[in-house]
Amino acid sequence: MMNFINLILSGLATGAIYALVAIGFTLLWQTSQTINFAQGEFVMVPAFFVLATLNLGMPLPIALLVGLALSMLVLGVLFKNLLVDPMLRHGVLPLAICTMALSIFLKETVKEVYSAEASPFPSFLPEGNLIFFGANISIQSVSIFVFAICAVLALQAFLARTSTGRQMQATAQNPYVAKLLGVPVERMIMYTFLINAALVALASFLISPVYLAKFSAGETLGLAAFIAAIVGGFNQIRGAIVGGLLLGIVDNLAAAYISTQYRGAVPLFLLIAVILFRPQGLMGRAEERTV
Amino acid sequence: MSRSVILKTFGVLIVGALIFLPLTLNRYGIYIMSLWAIMTIAAMGLNLTLGYAGQVSLAQGAFVGLGAYTVAIMMSAGFGFWLPLLIAIVITFAVGWLLGYPALRVQHHYLAFVTLAFSTLVFLVFRNEEWLTKGIYGIMGFKRPSAFGVSFQKPIEFYYFTLGALVLASAFMAWLVRSPWGRAFVALRENPVRALSLGVDTRRYTLMAFAIGSAMGGFSGALYAPLVEFVDPTPFTLALSLNLLMMVIVGGSGFFFGPFLGAAIGVLLPEWLRFAHGWYLIIYALFVMILLIKTPTGILGIIENMIAARKTRAASAARAAASAGLDKV
Repeated sequence: MMNFINLILSGLATGAIYALVAIGFTLLWQTSQTINFAQGEFVMVPAFFVLATLNLGMPLPIALLVGLALSMLVLGVLFKNLLVDPMLRHGVLPLAICTMALSIFLKETVKEVYSAEASPFPSFLPEGNLIFFGANISIQSVSIFVFAICAVLALQAFLARTSTGRQMQATAQNPYVAKLLGVPVERMIMYTFLINAALVALASFLISPVYLAKFSAGETLGLAAFIAAIVGGFNQIRGAIVGGLLLGIVDNLAAAYISTQYRGAVPLFLLIAVILFRPQGLMGRAEERTV
Repeated sequence: MSRSVILKTFGVLIVGALIFLPLTLNRYGIYIMSLWAIMTIAAMGLNLTLGYAGQVSLAQGAFVGLGAYTVAIMMSAGFGFWLPLLIAIVITFAVGWLLGYPALRVQHHYLAFVTLAFSTLVFLVFRNEEWLTKGIYGIMGFKRPSAFGVSFQKPIEFYYFTLGALVLASAFMAWLVRSPWGRAFVALRENPVRALSLGVDTRRYTLMAFAIGSAMGGFSGALYAPLVEFVDPTPFTLALSLNLLMMVIVGGSGFFFGPFLGAAIGVLLPEWLRFAHGWYLIIYALFVMILLIKTPTGILGIIENMIAARKTRAASAARAAASAGLDKV
């Protein structure tokens, strides 16, 4: 039982991180039809921005801020201006292929420039264990979960309550009508890219202390984010949260109770089942088919 | 020189290079050329599924793996080469057909993710089912084939064998895309609803597009196993599927010669960049990105656009000349 609670807890912690990544993924899809195959690498890169800054002798809080700023610049602004904008009018597929090439590029660059080894990454959240009703509970898991969920709630509030957030939603739902209503569509799309960059940076800072910073860390994370986004529903933020948390728990329980060899397969079966029987996702609305 | 003469000269040069160039290459060079021929076959299959029939598949690498494992397992059991080859094609055809069913329900990015999941699952089976696939240790100890008393043991002999297979596969593709089937596939890509209303059985052709494309992948894998003479799970990760997709798009999806060019870029370019050591993949990825930004329809797409633009210019010049002539009269 004890073990089970801890499995659920650490599942929720990784699941919340998956949710962060998946939300960014769905935001990009909604506003600019970008299927970002480099999303996993986007989570891997900010950790190395921070490590590089730390190596210059900066304290951790400054390094985290620099890492956040750099990832918003590189993974937000540069990604949009250099890659997405010129490709967008040519359809979904060439852009998707381009992000695949980008993922190779990011991975290999980090490997060559920084290191091929896994590097330890400092945590800014409390660590250790807490005895709670006789149960040994990891503080790190709990704090990651709380932190990630707070970030998601803040984003939700921003999108639903502020004028900018509503304009972003309008852009996502129908860019043409939004433009007619005077929404600065281009700027809203740029905001989405910045938010995505901030989300992946946050995910990176949360997950790297647990799984170490490594150039290949993005492979599993990217896949997990896709699955979370699809399982939850591609067009809903709450879908990405449900999908992320569900995936985190399923993944952890499968590793413990089914088979470590096939732990990777269980989320995939979940994915196939959802796509075939409920393609709009658990929480999603059905997209209208265009003929 | 007219265009057809240029094209013919170019074609003769390429064919000549494919036949005679490997004679001057070392063992590794010949291996790379054989790999190019094999990957071209797999990319051709994907080009049928994606380029002609418009169904996104991220599983072609898994079919190459299925073909390679079928041949490796059966050859180790002492079945020669030809029967395993046939079985590999039949198996990948059948599995491809089954993978087509999701495509009847979902499209575009959803389909991409179903096939992506399939490809990852197949990799897990290769790695974990040790009783069948020997897991991470891999299968070795099978020989390259021989036919009609001719052995294909040496690298250069096996290269000509793969080249022959490539010619065979190309002939099949050329026939297929010109047949009514090929037209039905294109109709499926361009407008499935209209195709259906015109009496094209879209259901059957979707499944067929997947099955034939996958069988080409299986054929390519069946050649890959004897080329490397060792089969383990690592080459058949999702990365291979993504690479094949990149080859098709970069070469020009929906163009007959797209996969040839794409495979040349995907297989040969990284090798030419080896001088850059660890940086070669970085340069390769940059190259692919810049290429796609410049020519999103692939290299052949841009060439076609250029030809079309020249024709338009020529036609408008002719019109202008004609109208000028009319003015005089």
